[in-house]
Amino acid sequence: MSFWTDPLKVTSDWLLGIFTGWGMPEIVAQILIGFLGIFLLVALLMVLDIFLVWIERKVVARFQDRIGPNRLGPWGLIQPFADIIKLIIKEDTTPGGADRVVYNIAPMLSMMSVLILWAVIPLAPQIIGVEDLNIGALYIIAAGAIGTLSIIMAGWSSNNKFALIGAFRQVAVMVSFEIPMLTMLLIPTIFAGSMGFNAIIQAQYPLPFFLFAPLAAVIFLIAAIAELGRAPFDMAEGESELVAGFNTEYSGMKFGMFYAGELLHAFTFGGFMGILFFGGYGLFGLEKIPALAWLNSPFIHIFVLLAKAMFGYWIIMWIKYTLMRIRIDHMLAFNWKFLTPLSFVLLMVTALMNALLKGSALWVYTLGMFLSNVVLGWIALEVARVYSRRERAKVEGLKSVAEAAQH
Amino acid sequence: MTGEQIIFLLVALFTLGSGLMVVISRNLIHAALWLVSALFGVAVTYALLSAAFLAVVQVVVYIGAIAILFIFAVMLTRKDMRDQGPQMNANWWFGAILSVAVFAGLFFLLQGWSGLAGTASAIPAGFDAIGELGDALTSPNGYVLPFEVASVLLVAALVGAVYVSFNRK
Repeated sequence: MSFWTDPLKVTSDWLLGIFTGWGMPEIVAQILIGFLGIFLLVALLMVLDIFLVWIERKVVARFQDRIGPNRLGPWGLIQPFADIIKLIIKEDTTPGGADRVVYNIAPMLSMMSVLILWAVIPLAPQIIGVEDLNIGALYIIAAGAIGTLSIIMAGWSSNNKFALIGAFRQVAVMVSFEIPMLTMLLIPTIFAGSMGFNAIIQAQYPLPFFLFAPLAAVIFLIAAIAELGRAPFDMAEGESELVAGFNTEYSGMKFGMFYAGELLHAFTFGGFMGILFFGGYGLFGLEKIPALAWLNSPFIHIFVLLAKAMFGYWIIMWIKYTLMRIRIDHMLAFNWKFLTPLSFVLLMVTALMNALLKGSALWVYTLGMFLSNVVLGWIALEVARVYSRRERAKVEGLKSVAEAAQH
Repeated sequence: MTGEQIIFLLVALFTLGSGLMVVISRNLIHAALWLVSALFGVAVTYALLSAAFLAVVQVVVYIGAIAILFIFAVMLTRKDMRDQGPQMNANWWFGAILSVAVFAGLFFLLQGWSGLAGTASAIPAGFDAIGELGDALTSPNGYVLPFEVASVLLVAALVGAVYVSFNRK
């Protein structure tokens, strides 16, 4: 065992030797090392978060045919640090009549609900936050519940109508889009036979689950964007109608916590896309080739996972800066009348096909799963098209009647 | 005292304190938020018992659904959400007697139980708790009948809710 193949174990053994050498009891030393590990992960995530600000601004600039930050440092890389200094030295305001304690807890809870997601993300086969947690998929939903709570606390405690309406909208969206998301989390669970993320990643060799369930990946992406509250589902912030939604009254670093939490949340869900449907830290089977066995290092695995997360994040940004905002009633109708039934049917079809094709060859299994997904998606779109055409005809018919009455 | 016992005592104090605050806070939203923290304490207790699945379900169902629903109901029914209601209503003595009676009953019942003084046997390595739970819920020798009856009840409740809120034109 060397530093290259298992850095965490080597480091923790080394630290344990030092701490016990100082006369510290072993149990205390182990708890201390555990806390150091958590601190390391959170610190790395926060540093990454700083650069996500830069990435987001650069990418949106390219989508809008601009250059983006380019004055401070090479390619504007120092810009996010300037942003942070600005946020820190801004006046920290609390609106009159606000509920002080709840108002100050909300941004912390929002950031926390994102950071605790990383407890279940396996960065490499050896680097797992909580060992053997066979409930990884459900854990995402539980963390999302705490995020929902933070938004409702922020909206209520601000003593501001805009903030309250924004919080109402966001909570309605999150509570409803949780259902297709939870259903889609069950589909990799069916394939892997476990809800733990490490088992789900290990089961994606040789083929990633995207090939078995492309429709599930798309539905999960839509539900994730709604959960994140990003465009086209960003009516919680809706600048043109609600000032800034639930975080209207927040200034300085408290606003910064919501903003940084949102960026890290989007990146994290990009990571979940990578883990659930694109093989997580696996390099598409390349590391299983004997000649390339040196790829089996946590450093390579972490890099691969972060690259996949970045790709998912880029897709989420692409959607955000391309589509316009949808009205809240359309959005909830889309979820309850289209996405939720579709995801339930997809779950049943996948479970049935899995039971039927379990013993067959890999290519038969893959083809059967892929085709059932494509056919189901096509039927759903056809049903939606017929329905929307009828609705439109009804509205246009009413319009022509009204015009006739006017003349 | 082992580390686990210290953690359990802290969590139990936190849960009980939150529960007390639910009852005595004058603001309804604060009471709902204290309820969230009490439910979270229960989830931590499950996690201490190595029941990770129950802990997560506790957070998803009670905090993610029920507590949010409570807060919504309070927000939608109160005119001013900062109003301070009376701390107790007329039934406070009945509630107090009931809770003391339940505590005393459980206390005396558990005194005669041999498991109270013993230590739990260790969970064998590789024990798949969720798999066992799933098998128990769906096997004819297990709990398939109560499970199905409960799901029929939930469907009936769902249909009833839709019927009550349906707006006939």
